[in-house]
Amino acid sequence: MSVTKLNMVKALNLALLQEMERDPAVLILGEDVGVDGGVFRVTDDLQRKFGSQRVIDSPLAEAAIIGTAVGMALYGLKPVCEIQFSGFAFQCFHQIENHAARYRLRSQGRFHCQMVIRMPYGGGVRALEHHTESEEQFYAHVPGLKMVIPSGPRTARALLTSAIRDPDPVVFFESKALYHAAKEEVPADPEALPIGRAQVVREGRDLTLIAYGAMLRVAREAADVLQAEDRVETEVVDLLTIAPLDRETIVTSVAKTGRAVVVHEAPRSFGPGAEVAASIMEGAFLHLEAPVRRVTANDVSFVGFAREKAHVPDVARVAAAARETLAF
Amino acid sequence: MPRTILEPRSHVEYLSILDSDGNLDAALEPRLSPAELKSLYRAMLLGRRFDERMVRLQRQGRIGTFAPIKGQEASQLGSVFTLRATDWMVPSFRETAAMIWRGWPLEKILLFFAGYVEGGQPAPDQHDLPITIPVGTQLPHAVGLAYAAQYKGDDAVVMVYFGDGATSEGDFHEALNFAGVWHVPVVFVCQNNQWAISVPLKKQTHSKTIAQKALAYGLPGIQVDGNDVLAVYAAAREAVERARAGEGPTLIESVTYRLGVHTTADDPTKYRTQEEVTAWEQKDPLTRFRAYLEKKDLLEDGLERRVDDEIAEAVRRFEATAPPDPLTVFDHVYAEMPPHLRAQRDELARWLREGGAPAPEPPAAPLGATPMRGQRLTRR
Repeated sequence: MSVTKLNMVKALNLALLQEMERDPAVLILGEDVGVDGGVFRVTDDLQRKFGSQRVIDSPLAEAAIIGTAVGMALYGLKPVCEIQFSGFAFQCFHQIENHAARYRLRSQGRFHCQMVIRMPYGGGVRALEHHTESEEQFYAHVPGLKMVIPSGPRTARALLTSAIRDPDPVVFFESKALYHAAKEEVPADPEALPIGRAQVVREGRDLTLIAYGAMLRVAREAADVLQAEDRVETEVVDLLTIAPLDRETIVTSVAKTGRAVVVHEAPRSFGPGAEVAASIMEGAFLHLEAPVRRVTANDVSFVGFAREKAHVPDVARVAAAARETLAF
Repeated sequence: MPRTILEPRSHVEYLSILDSDGNLDAALEPRLSPAELKSLYRAMLLGRRFDERMVRLQRQGRIGTFAPIKGQEASQLGSVFTLRATDWMVPSFRETAAMIWRGWPLEKILLFFAGYVEGGQPAPDQHDLPITIPVGTQLPHAVGLAYAAQYKGDDAVVMVYFGDGATSEGDFHEALNFAGVWHVPVVFVCQNNQWAISVPLKKQTHSKTIAQKALAYGLPGIQVDGNDVLAVYAAAREAVERARAGEGPTLIESVTYRLGVHTTADDPTKYRTQEEVTAWEQKDPLTRFRAYLEKKDLLEDGLERRVDDEIAEAVRRFEATAPPDPLTVFDHVYAEMPPHLRAQRDELARWLREGGAPAPEPPAAPLGATPMRGQRLTRR
């Protein structure tokens, strides 16, 4: 199978291109997604290939982008919506929570919303307020939604492919910091990863680090540091799907290592780390050697990029939390 | 550079054909066959009698909170009557009469208001969305349906209902704007019933009409006497024909009145006068349509009794419904039930099976019974 080295933007673009070629019901709508190819160029060149009826430069209104996509999905189309920044998605949150996530239940299976809502999220790009936040917890809490966050080009491509094919609405977060961060080998033929499954990306027996999105790289580097400096064998779990959470993979890993640290960019309280920690308590309590630790952003709505580094989890903080957990 | 006036190229019309005194503008009278006129009246009567019955059922505690339609029968039936079965109807929560016309069984509507999720399920071939409760949020869905119909090359038209209060919501404006830009086959029917719970129209908008809001989005808007079923029908037919011909969306403001409560949880004497209600009762849509049919000798003997029998039969079927199974609500959250929902379903099933007092299950230990390694700090 032939492969190409792609960054995450190109990898996402490849998934969109191939799914649109495969299924005429797939269409794209959002602000600046057509002629401009999206402000991050994820939809680059797709309007030229598929036309302006299928790659729609919508008027500037998040609620109507999601609301009309709900209507399209009820008719049997498979819209992929782009919200320009996740910080603006509260203007369409009611359409996501009240409707996209509920039509299947409300209509008792007569209707459903097969749709993807893509949004860039997270810090690390020296951006202003509403352009740096991590707010996945809102979507992860909504029954009927799936919440997916890839950690690099290959998982981004494979998970977006799955999200487009998934019969349920999927909120798909793309880390801005990862868009151009690194290239990975991506198979030329379509590749899909199951939604709802985490991956053990590094095996170890002393400690489990659980992360996703841009924090996966931080967790992996912390694992390298712990290996080199402390001779600690760290297992790293990449969640990939926040909801429905793959509790089995988390619990299996922590039952083996007895220690866990969860890392995320979202604020700590009521964040995904709390659900991960509770799942460990429910599933691996008798295996725990230490309390589950969380390394996260603080409960501050935004900090400004001049102060961002001090607030977002980094390798040193994760390694320090891991050492405290190991010494408990 | 002088200031110049950009003359509005559009205008807003008001349409009335059969007024409350029974005067008919014969030149505008729509050509409806005797059978069509009879079925329209029957549907309006059924809407009225079922509504009154539902209010009584709520007062008796046999259904829950419910939003009556009394007074809005012409507004709903004159418009929905113009749709084909293959067209789409998108209701808010006060469209019972229109829903019955579209084929929703009465007992399903009763189930809905009795708190059964089954009441929201349209038949497999029915092109209707279920009731939407958050005000105005269904308008973009209608625009999306219309976009999809046009995209697929179907000649379906979408009709969406909402009230005067909804025109203050952002979703109303966004939906009209998208519909205008996309030029899709959708008909927006605003049932202006004068009151959004306790807030009168004059506190809802400073516009002279709701119809004129269409002009800002480049669509035609028309105001009709919403208690005149012939005028509503004529305006809706024109809008549906235009939509089907690829000529884009229309906003119809149907001026009517909610004769009853907002919902059965509401007391309108707190915010409006009996004189106002009495004045609108003089404009009752059924009274004037009945007089119109009487002149044409189209009133059927015993119709009220037959309609009441149909309602009584539906209430009997509704009351024979089996008690709801608490476990079925897990079935339609996702296409495939994820493990955590299955676990929650099983937990509830166990609780119910064991009479509501189950022993707590031990947490799942995925690797079998390993020693209690975590006891180091535990004192028991």
